[in-house]
Amino acid sequence: MMASNEAIPADVVQSEADSTPDKDAPGVKTAPLLAPSVVLLLAWMIVPLGMTLWFSFQRYNLLSPNISGFAGFNNYAFLLANGALWNAIFNTILLVGGVLIATLVLGLVCAVLLNQEFAGNSVARLFCILPFFVMPTVSALVWKNLLMHPVNGLFAWISKSLNLPVVDWFTDLPLFSIGIIVAWQWIPFATLVLLTSLQSLDREQVEAARMDGARGWSLFTNITLPHLCRSLTIVAMIETIFLLSIFAEILVTTAGGPGNSSTTLPYLIYKIAMLDWNVGIASAGGVVAIILANIVALFLIRTIAHTLERQ
Amino acid sequence: MTSAKRIVSWPFVLGWGVTFLMALPVLWMTLAAFKTEAQAIATPPVLLFEPTLENFAAVLRRANYPSYFLNSVIIAGGSTLLGIVVGLPAAYAFAFFPGKRTKDILVWMLSTKMMPAVGVLVPIYLLSRTLGLLDSAIALLIINMLINLPIIVWMLFTYFREIPGEIIEAARMDGAKPRHQFFFLLIPLAAPGIASTALLSFILAWNEAFWSINLTSWRAAPLTAFIASFSSPEGLFWAKLSAASLMAIGPIVVFGWLTQRHLVRGLTFGAVK
Repeated sequence: MMASNEAIPADVVQSEADSTPDKDAPGVKTAPLLAPSVVLLLAWMIVPLGMTLWFSFQRYNLLSPNISGFAGFNNYAFLLANGALWNAIFNTILLVGGVLIATLVLGLVCAVLLNQEFAGNSVARLFCILPFFVMPTVSALVWKNLLMHPVNGLFAWISKSLNLPVVDWFTDLPLFSIGIIVAWQWIPFATLVLLTSLQSLDREQVEAARMDGARGWSLFTNITLPHLCRSLTIVAMIETIFLLSIFAEILVTTAGGPGNSSTTLPYLIYKIAMLDWNVGIASAGGVVAIILANIVALFLIRTIAHTLERQ
Repeated sequence: MTSAKRIVSWPFVLGWGVTFLMALPVLWMTLAAFKTEAQAIATPPVLLFEPTLENFAAVLRRANYPSYFLNSVIIAGGSTLLGIVVGLPAAYAFAFFPGKRTKDILVWMLSTKMMPAVGVLVPIYLLSRTLGLLDSAIALLIINMLINLPIIVWMLFTYFREIPGEIIEAARMDGAKPRHQFFFLLIPLAAPGIASTALLSFILAWNEAFWSINLTSWRAAPLTAFIASFSSPEGLFWAKLSAASLMAIGPIVVFGWLTQRHLVRGLTFGAVK
């Protein structure tokens, strides 16, 4: 959508070409090799995007087919004047931001703990990253029923045993509860990336810092944390891209409710499109979602383009 | 080494403690899958019980489970196979014959991944309907392939780039044509990388929920959509939900463990290795 050309200086491409001996290999035409991927992705990007943009300016409701025609900015005006959109954007930011902070902090804790030497730490790592491979509908339903159910759930029993009030998670704290589930799914990703990064930390540098008297916390904040900085940024950006599309977890737990209290932007658009069948307004919402995602994507793509240069 | 003090240290306790918490939901679900329905909803929770396989039998009998499972296999397997076939030549060209536009194209491919699915829900739904592909495995297969293609190309590209240039140079000196280099040298050399790429693509497609739920109803529904149907409050069938879930995530967890070391590279587009 926005390949940032300025981030890729020509000399990078040049040096890369020099490093491979086949740079002017005779008889190899790259165009036919690239064409299938490029054409497919181009079509995948342009066709639906163009249609979304086109529909967003149309009066188009599948339930009332005789109303049609150019709507100008009416769909956008309707959305922007409607509290539901702002509520959904607010909920989306709350959910994405909360989950992001939780996964970065807890992922860092997990990574540091798993990076220690202890009996069975490679087995522990396998179980720690387990949630990442659980499909979203399974994790949402397991949390909703087996753990967070206000009568029969494990948490309810723990609360009762400790004489604490029982929380009706999805009624009282719907967005927070969804956040817990999503964070649980994404902590392993942060853990894995940060663990990989921790293992590439230069032992000699750590030893040198130790010699200079750095211990525990100061070692962590002065040596480890700066080393992890780039990985933390990358985790944050990649997670944001995925978190902006959280859908199934909401659908099977709260369906956006109670009221609109856990309706995020993707879920709002889904409701307008698949329940109200209002193509025009849903498309306008889609354009808003695309714009929001691209603001994050711009930063992510720049960072990744920069790492390509450094290789 | 044998003294209990050495083994039960702080790292041991904290490391396994946090692991237990992370794995608890899945462990709890696994237990519930072997309980009776009454035991599964009992408070206080039943920890000692006689395990039963009745739930698995019930799910397999009642819910047409094999057909959902087969749909998942077809969609995840087909999209992965197609993605590798389309992506391999591109990754090869990017890695070994970079041109002026290589960087731009790679970054652009990545950027297609940033498009939020919900932004194009309406057109994809309408296109599928027009083409008669609603509730068909073909539509989901193609969509999953397109979603994962940028990851496949990027991951294969990073693996190809790690193959030392001298090897290809030597092969060329011996008169191997590019086509032969590709099939008899590069593909075998990159085989572990290709395998992990395929595994990651399979995992992502297997767990894809957004399009599966929105574009299928029952005929082509994969496991993600089938499990979602348990959300309707028609009673507390937790043991059966757990059994169905366990069967749905079982194979993919094994795949995930096999490919965990390569996961980071694939999901961060080579930015963290």
